[in-house]
Amino acid sequence: MLKSTRRDFVKGASSLALGAAFASPALIEAARAWAAESPWKPEDGAKLRMLRWKRFVQSEGEAFQASLDAFTKATGVEIRLDSEGFEDLRPKAAVAANIGSGPDVIWGIHADAHLYPDAMLDITDVCDHLGGKYGGWYPIAEHYGKGRDGKWINLPITISGNLINYRKSMVQKAGFDKIPDNTADFLKLFQNLKKNGSPGGFALGNASGDGNCWTHWILWSHGGRVVDENDNVVVNSPETVAGLEYVKELGENFVQGTASWLDGHNNKAFLQGACSVTNNGISIYAAAVREGMKDVAEDMDHAFYPVGPVGEPTEFHVAFPMMPYKHTKYPNAVKALLAWLMEKEQYDAFLQGSVGYLSHSLKAFQEHPVWTEDPKRTVFRDVAQRSRSFAHAGTLGYAASTVFADFVVVNMVAEVATGARSPQDAAKRAQKRAERYYKV
Amino acid sequence: MATTTEAEQVTPVGEDSSWYERLKHNRNWLGFLFMVPAAAILLVFLAYPLGLGVWLGFTDVKVGRPGQFVGFDNYAWLLEDDVFWLSVFNTFLYTVVASIFKFAIGLWLAVLLNRHMPFKSFLRAIVLLPFIVPTVLSALAFWWIYDSQDSVISWTLIEMGLIERPIDFLGDPNNARASVIVANIWRGIPFVAITLLAGLQTISPSLYEAATIDGANEWQRFWRITLPLLTPIIAVVMTFSVLFTFTDFQLIWVMTRGGPINATHLMATLSYQRAIIGGSLGEGAAIATAMIPFLLAAILFSYFGLQRRKWQQGGVDD
Repeated sequence: MLKSTRRDFVKGASSLALGAAFASPALIEAARAWAAESPWKPEDGAKLRMLRWKRFVQSEGEAFQASLDAFTKATGVEIRLDSEGFEDLRPKAAVAANIGSGPDVIWGIHADAHLYPDAMLDITDVCDHLGGKYGGWYPIAEHYGKGRDGKWINLPITISGNLINYRKSMVQKAGFDKIPDNTADFLKLFQNLKKNGSPGGFALGNASGDGNCWTHWILWSHGGRVVDENDNVVVNSPETVAGLEYVKELGENFVQGTASWLDGHNNKAFLQGACSVTNNGISIYAAAVREGMKDVAEDMDHAFYPVGPVGEPTEFHVAFPMMPYKHTKYPNAVKALLAWLMEKEQYDAFLQGSVGYLSHSLKAFQEHPVWTEDPKRTVFRDVAQRSRSFAHAGTLGYAASTVFADFVVVNMVAEVATGARSPQDAAKRAQKRAERYYKV
Repeated sequence: MATTTEAEQVTPVGEDSSWYERLKHNRNWLGFLFMVPAAAILLVFLAYPLGLGVWLGFTDVKVGRPGQFVGFDNYAWLLEDDVFWLSVFNTFLYTVVASIFKFAIGLWLAVLLNRHMPFKSFLRAIVLLPFIVPTVLSALAFWWIYDSQDSVISWTLIEMGLIERPIDFLGDPNNARASVIVANIWRGIPFVAITLLAGLQTISPSLYEAATIDGANEWQRFWRITLPLLTPIIAVVMTFSVLFTFTDFQLIWVMTRGGPINATHLMATLSYQRAIIGGSLGEGAAIATAMIPFLLAAILFSYFGLQRRKWQQGGVDD
């Protein structure tokens, strides 16, 4: 009953011209009942300040705001919510950690909490409670959520999937019913697509999302990796060179211009029909539906990345964790809020509002209808269980973050794909660049 | 008697007056006092951040974590870092080529706009447009103009039958460098043109009349009157233009993010990428600090070179 009311509310809220969202009476009632039983009782007069990244879709933002509103009405905790672009948010998160002041919770990206773990509030009790209640966390969520001492230092609320987007008709014309599940056939597909005049392509520019996602997949799919389990830099390896040899052949079949592509270029090229296969979140499909581009929306679909010689999925998807700061004056209010946001009613609405952009990190939400009501979203359901972290196979921290941000893997792959360097030279150069940050 | 009274009314500032009284009437001290607010602003908002930036370059400070003094470690690494050297090369190429074109086209436009012509004010306003448009907006416009599939330039050339496939403006390293330089030139010309136009309007028409009576042709008038009298303004304008170009960030960041394969990374963009996104504040600060000697050289060149007054007046400097 409550679920139905909640969804109705979210749908209704989507049409609000100003984008403001307020909790329905049913949701407020549920929040009050939840607060009465919650083990985390907010401090008297608690006020929280939260900073988050700018929403992808209006419906997600509204669902989130409604959850905050219900929490405020049920507990009396006022919440000020601000939003920033990713790149403006990261320095602010760091400054807050550095000076011990600022927002109580920051909803960030990647693994920034691991750069300043001592500034984070220990939320092990909240995460253990949620894990126990909702079927457990996926391993990638635990990897991002826990600090080196095993305590939870941030809440891995969601993972954003980045998968293969393809035009069905063009792939079929190239001799495949769907995206092949192995890299050898994937190369054949790209060769055929090029022959047919409908090439595919991946971003080779300094694209922090799409560029990093597909280049890490290709590196890992052939057994290459930047570091081993002990954070020794091992990127200059025969496996990496094998992956880069593959890139060389694959890159010869790319659509023109991929060397300059940033995160938005492939969306545009795909929607215009200039690119048949690329990697992206669900945003291309969402844009096609939103803009009424029926021909594209009906003809496109999503698929997992093909599995390489290593024989297992080697995907990289982007984590968006919530970072609770130790400097908060109201730790119980923070814990109560984080727990509330992950409870079924709120999280259901959050997933529904996200329409596939954001995926769950707790196993119980595997059956959420958002993943099956439109079959083209279904593959995004599984991204948390298929994702590795960018620090694979080492530890999250400064070295991994800097190597990632400096596009070491993206540049290595781009150098080979564009013919600027041989696979061997590109791997050697990446080794040298990565060693700098891992302080060899 | 009256004189005596007035003299008595003046507060005595003699040997027996208090130090405060003496200080209050000391012109040097008052001058210093009036300068203090300006000096404090300069120190707090300019000197301190600059000093802090230079200091950070000698540390391994990370975003969110205090670091340690590491001496020249960051610079030693940068000396071996080919991405850094590529950014230095790109920055110089970008600055030199763009500045030369901005000066040449800007001066040409200024001379044209200084003539009497219909719609003079309107045309002058039009010339300012690229400067008025926010940099990010113009960068986005160029992002579309240089699109690998839908470039309006490529489309026009294909329609005219001059090329068969779109030009890869931002995908090829050299094309990308040329493309971002063109965007910077487009954006920088109005500043040079309008400022030089202001300079041209300060030159007395009687000088041109006298030169014309003496039989000077147009080229001689430009070379002997316009250019020497415009030199002080050229010095200032080009110093600023070089500084703006050398430290450019937005155009590159929006259009290429330093790609493809770092072919358009400038020192400013690389510094931001390493310091803020990568979290290595120390290394990013070292890259930014490495820009200072070049910027100082540009200022000193302008100060000691272009502002020599005798040379401007056709003489020879000592």
